[in-house]
Amino acid sequence: MQLDLTGLTTRAAQVWGGVRLVPLTRDEPITGLRLHDRVYGDDPAIVEVGPRTHYASYIPHGFVATWTDDDTPVATYGTQLKRGAAATGPPPHGMRLRIHRRMARRVERNRLRFLPLHVAVEGYLALHFGGPEVVWEEWSQRAIRRGLSPRVEEAYSGAEVEGLADALKHFEIHPGQCGVLVYVADALAAAFVVPHPDDYRALHATLVQDMYGELIHYYATLATPAPRFDVRLPDDVASLADLRAAAAREQAEWARFHDLAMAAGLLGESYATNRVYRMGDYTLSRFLPTFRLKEENHIGELITARDGRTAYLKTFRLSEAQIRRGHLLTTLAAHDWHLPTAANALRVTEPQLGLRLQAAGFGALLREDVLARYRAG
Amino acid sequence: MDALTADDMMMFINAATTSTSQREFHGGADDQRLSLDFLHDYVIGNYRDLYAAALALDINDHNAALIVRKLLETTGDATAGQRRVEGGLIARRLRTLPPQRVYDLFRALRRARVNNRRTRAIIREWVAARPDPTFDAVKYRTALKGALRHAHVAPDGELGPFLFTSGHHPRYRTPLLETWRRAHYEQASVYELPYTVAEGFAAKHGIDRATFLKRIEPRMTRLERFRLQESARRDKAAVAVDLASMPLTRLASYVLSLPVPVRVERRGELTGALRAAAVRAAGPAAGGWGRVAAVLDDSFSASGSTQKRRRPLAVALACHYLLAELAAEYVPLWTSGRADALLARPHGMTPLGERVLDALEHAPDRLLIVSDGWDNAPYGLASEVLRLWRAKLDPERRVVAVHLNPVYDAGDFDVKRLSRSVPTVGLRDAEDVPALVEFARFTEGRTGFADLRAHFDARVAKFLQEG
Repeated sequence: MQLDLTGLTTRAAQVWGGVRLVPLTRDEPITGLRLHDRVYGDDPAIVEVGPRTHYASYIPHGFVATWTDDDTPVATYGTQLKRGAAATGPPPHGMRLRIHRRMARRVERNRLRFLPLHVAVEGYLALHFGGPEVVWEEWSQRAIRRGLSPRVEEAYSGAEVEGLADALKHFEIHPGQCGVLVYVADALAAAFVVPHPDDYRALHATLVQDMYGELIHYYATLATPAPRFDVRLPDDVASLADLRAAAAREQAEWARFHDLAMAAGLLGESYATNRVYRMGDYTLSRFLPTFRLKEENHIGELITARDGRTAYLKTFRLSEAQIRRGHLLTTLAAHDWHLPTAANALRVTEPQLGLRLQAAGFGALLREDVLARYRAG
Repeated sequence: MDALTADDMMMFINAATTSTSQREFHGGADDQRLSLDFLHDYVIGNYRDLYAAALALDINDHNAALIVRKLLETTGDATAGQRRVEGGLIARRLRTLPPQRVYDLFRALRRARVNNRRTRAIIREWVAARPDPTFDAVKYRTALKGALRHAHVAPDGELGPFLFTSGHHPRYRTPLLETWRRAHYEQASVYELPYTVAEGFAAKHGIDRATFLKRIEPRMTRLERFRLQESARRDKAAVAVDLASMPLTRLASYVLSLPVPVRVERRGELTGALRAAAVRAAGPAAGGWGRVAAVLDDSFSASGSTQKRRRPLAVALACHYLLAELAAEYVPLWTSGRADALLARPHGMTPLGERVLDALEHAPDRLLIVSDGWDNAPYGLASEVLRLWRAKLDPERRVVAVHLNPVYDAGDFDVKRLSRSVPTVGLRDAEDVPALVEFARFTEGRTGFADLRAHFDARVAKFLQEG
């Protein structure tokens, strides 16, 4: 499957230091699916006018809210679809959080907030990898019983990515904007698309609480300011109409260049999707890249409408180490978690593969005695 | 060399008109302060005469005070002739500055240990020329005390004991001083003091805020009334304010501070007040500008900062009403595309290029752009449009085009420019627009340094004559 951003128009990017934000607008917002009311909280700035037209709503991954009467905050585990906007009750896949009393007080009750970072990333990758499906003798009991979870993955919060917070603060949101592509040092860090401009306005600031891979953090720290790509118009104009036409051409040219060149690593690749949930016209799925080594790889969550339009999209760019681990796991999964055939496919010997698994941090998955045998060579 | 001087001076005037060393939308207070400080040091080091002459121009109070401070700090570098001119300019400018700013300046001089003979003489003369020394002594007690001590001045009559003795105060013969003494233990006397002083006593006596506001109202200054209106309304104490007497830009700021439903409700009243202020500001020039097209920036960056709330938008709104009066035929073009100026709010990106194209299509006699110059949808389109329009479509410069920028850009030591082909000038209050549009010719690079010098001399002569 490929990502399809039909209906979304690429607009002029805004640059702040090394961060480039490319806004995506929709001519026609999707009204059938909206951010769950609870996510809006009591923010008085966003008021819906007229009767509700949507019947399905979504809650982004990691969103924390108090759903029940007993005041315990619950975090969403994976983005979720719900029927009816006003439906109350906690999300079916929720993690109850026990927050230290002092911490809980510091957070405003109804502020839009998301999970602390480390909890979110661990959960995120665990969602994608279930662990061995066939019980070959080499796998430890733990791997079989609990899969790869809990896995510790490292990522940086947006606040730690240098310049990102400032870039988001100074960004001027377009009317009708339903998404953004975040580039750091002109490497695509994340793509974020929502169905409706109001949803985007509510969630724009939360991009700074999102997680970004190690690579992005490095790039941001070392980056020089990104070029602004100022417009140049040709000199042969005879009238204002010419000037306007030239300006329009220039805009279209930028959109084409962006979609074909800058976002090629995200939009041009094919992904393995895993349908999670379907409700009415909308399908929630998670997707994995093909884990090409030393290239751009994004994982993410996606809600598509029946006509194939992307209603909601959120991606995370994997760092090099994560790609290598992902590559190992996909190869293993492709060979039914059978070590000798997988080693064959990777053109290494079985002990080499075993040691590689250990080096990648998967040592605990293999039986201790098997690992000792591999070490002995 | 002359061209360079002219450039530097234009840059300095733009900075001195717009920057207040406060936070802006792009860039923090520290950047602004450092940048402005550097610019002042650079200009005073290279062009001391012109630096002092800037006091006669429409620069803002913050920069005027800074110039005075820097001139007094470096008295030793000036020749006798320079000192005489500077002395006149400083004395004249201090008389027009609000007293609290002057007292702040004296405090800064004291902190910087600037205590040369000239400084002392200037403080002494300014204090002596104050219309009501007793009032100053009560309202600015600590500041006046510091200034007098710094300048070695002994105050007359009861002011000496009032300012310099602490602890128990005997009965005073001066009525205001006596009221101040009684206010320490008598609530009724609190209401005869200036508002800022009374506020402290009200807190001391634990007077209820609503009662206090109701009774102190007659003692408030015009600006205090204006400032306290909304908070007084929350306390259910009405503070009467005369919108009709307010200057245009301040009125625009006030209008923007009101929530949209209130603006809709009071539309007639607010529009009337804005129009009246614009008519006053336009004066005899009203209707004399022909066809005017204005591109007004109401993008998100016009929201300013927490220190300068909605300032760029307020200036644009004030310009909107002023230009409507100045023009015979007026086309306003907000960047967001809105038609109802009164409900303006900072929102969205800045497609300046497109709006400039729209404006040019109306074939105006004058094109004015009021914007902070962050043209980002896409970057540089306005610049290209203006360049090609000047080069290909209007090479004879039939249309007067000026970019007015209310925001100082710390990185450039200047206001942000849109294009070389259209002059950019710094803008503080909308009321200055007619003067600035005239002044803009100097930034186009088509007038020589001699013209600029003559302009400065003329302004200085006029300024000194007026006072």
